[in-house]
Order: sequence, then C-alpha cells, then structure tokens
Amino acid sequence: MMWRVGTVVALHDETPTARTITLQVTDWPSHVAGQHVDVRLTASDGYSAVRSYSIASAPNAEGRVELTVERLPDGEVSPYLTRELATGDRVELRGPIGGWFVWRSRQTEPIQLMAGGSGIVPLMAMIRSRASAGSTVPFRLLYSVREPGAVFYRDELQVISSRGDSVAITYAYTRATPKGWPRPPGRVDTPFIAEVTWPSKLIPTSYVCGPTSFVESAAALLVSCGNRPDKIRTERFGPTGGRK
Amino acid sequence: MSSPNYDYLDGNAAAGELSKVFAVDITTGAGRCAECGTTRCLAEAHLYMHGPGLVARCPACEHVLLRLVNVDEHMFLDVRGMTYLRLETSGLPEAG
Repeated sequence: MMWRVGTVVALHDETPTARTITLQVTDWPSHVAGQHVDVRLTASDGYSAVRSYSIASAPNAEGRVELTVERLPDGEVSPYLTRELATGDRVELRGPIGGWFVWRSRQTEPIQLMAGGSGIVPLMAMIRSRASAGSTVPFRLLYSVREPGAVFYRDELQVISSRGDSVAITYAYTRATPKGWPRPPGRVDTPFIAEVTWPSKLIPTSYVCGPTSFVESAAALLVSCGNRPDKIRTERFGPTGGRK
Repeated sequence: MSSPNYDYLDGNAAAGELSKVFAVDITTGAGRCAECGTTRCLAEAHLYMHGPGLVARCPACEHVLLRLVNVDEHMFLDVRGMTYLRLETSGLPEAG
C-alpha cells in the first residue's frame, strides 16, 4: 500500500486535548466506516515515526478524510498533530486500513456501539456513515467518558440524539458528571449495560473501541449480558500509544 | 483491573504493516493456531508491538501465530504458528 499526501484543510478542537484534522487527499480510494490510517511524520534529519489513527468521517467521494487525535502527554506524534499542525500543511498517510472493525451500510442487524474516551472516533464514522447512506438500522451508542468536557463531537451528537431517528446515545461518566446527573460517576457495570444496550436476543453486532482496559471490561460485560462473543468486534489502543 | 496483561492491541492494528507485503488485508482471514487449533480472525489476535517488529498471538492460548520483524534491509515474516490462513476468495484481486 502506497503513502499518499494529505493537505490539511481544516482544524477543529474537540476538547482541550483533542483536535479534528480534515485532510484533502489526492486519489483517495474512499474508505469504510471503522477503518484507520497510518500517519507518517518525517523530521529534517530523516527520522520518521508512524502512528495509526481512526478515520472519523463517513466515506465520501471528495477525498476528504477527518482524523480526531488525542494528545498523549508523552507522545511523539500526537503533540505535533494537535498543536503544531496548521492549515495548508501536508502529512503522509497510508490507508484506508483494516477490513474487520468496519460497519457497512448493507448490514441490517441492530448495532451496539461502545466507546471509551477517544474510542468514539471510528464509531462516529459509523454513525455518520449510517446517516449519509440513508440507513435506518437502529444504533445504540454507549459513550464512556471521564467528564462532560471530554466529550468529542458534542454538538453533532446532541443533534443526532434529539432527531429521534433511531440512534440512541447514553453517556457514562467515570470521574465527573453534569449537574443533576442521575447516575454517580464510575465504571459501567452489568445492570447498567443490561439496561442501556440491546437485548441479546436481537443478536446485535457490537463494536467496542477504547483503551485496552475499557475494551476488556466492556466486551466481558456484553458477554455477561448474553451477547455472543463472535458478534463483538473490538479495537484496542493501548498504554503503549500504538494507536490513536 | 485484575488482569496484569493489557499491553496488547488487536490484530487489526497490524493491517497497515502487513499491507507492505500482502496484496489483500490478511487480518480479515481466519487463522488456525498450530498449538491449540483455535480458528479466529487474525484481526482478533493479540498484537504486541513493543519490539523491533510485531508479534500476533492466539487469543485463546497466546501461542505465537505470526511475527514480522524488520532487520537492517530485510523483513522477516514467520507464520509457522498457523497451520493455515483462510481468506475469502471474493476479496482477492483477479489474477493476471
């Protein structure tokens, strides 16, 4: 797979530590929701670093690719992408990559999405892809996030959930909640999962993305609620910083 | 958390590196573990990327399925941990 050049055409801060980068890519072969790209940065001395980032945007014919990058405190690449990168800059990317953690608009079964933190990114591509393809398949999203200020795509998710077109969104706050929130902050547990996710008898396909610890516990909770392991697709990004 | 071992990713994170070698995305293929016989999508393998390359291990028994290592001007690919890899022919490019 060849490296392509993407030109930065827009930048948008999602949170104080995460930025969405819109790239215009020549000859982009389009992608499927859930896929990722590898981004390569090369220093003037020839040293290069490659990192994988999930695509946030729906497939489109215009060669536009949006990535949302969370800045890791000790990161080698993410501080540059979230702080230094400017409109008009060029970055090298390889992709689209991965044919397994994907949602295709021809799928007809109910979809359960579970995001931990910046694990929302590929799941947002699925929600956007559903809308752009005119799919009416019912989606549920459980979005586990530290605090209200850490939510990505806040306004767009607000619009989607108020539209009432079968994308149901539940937030689970782990450290701090909005005022008056009915549930105290904390990790999700089996009763909560049983309440807010699809009943297993509907045989949903689940997509779980987030830090490895979140994915491990969320996938186990889905199984404990009767979901079949072979209907649960996971994408971990680890403390090693290999992903996102 | 109770498990001490959270230092791996999913096999699908290897798709970019493997695309250097293979014409199709082999992470969507089902690999049979040569040790325990479990047959799972390579995207579901446990992927370790700390070293000079990547190592994919069986999600059931942690046996090494695949290693891809870059050394100087060469890339070493070791797939002896799988007895086979099953790919959908519809996803393969036309020959010739």
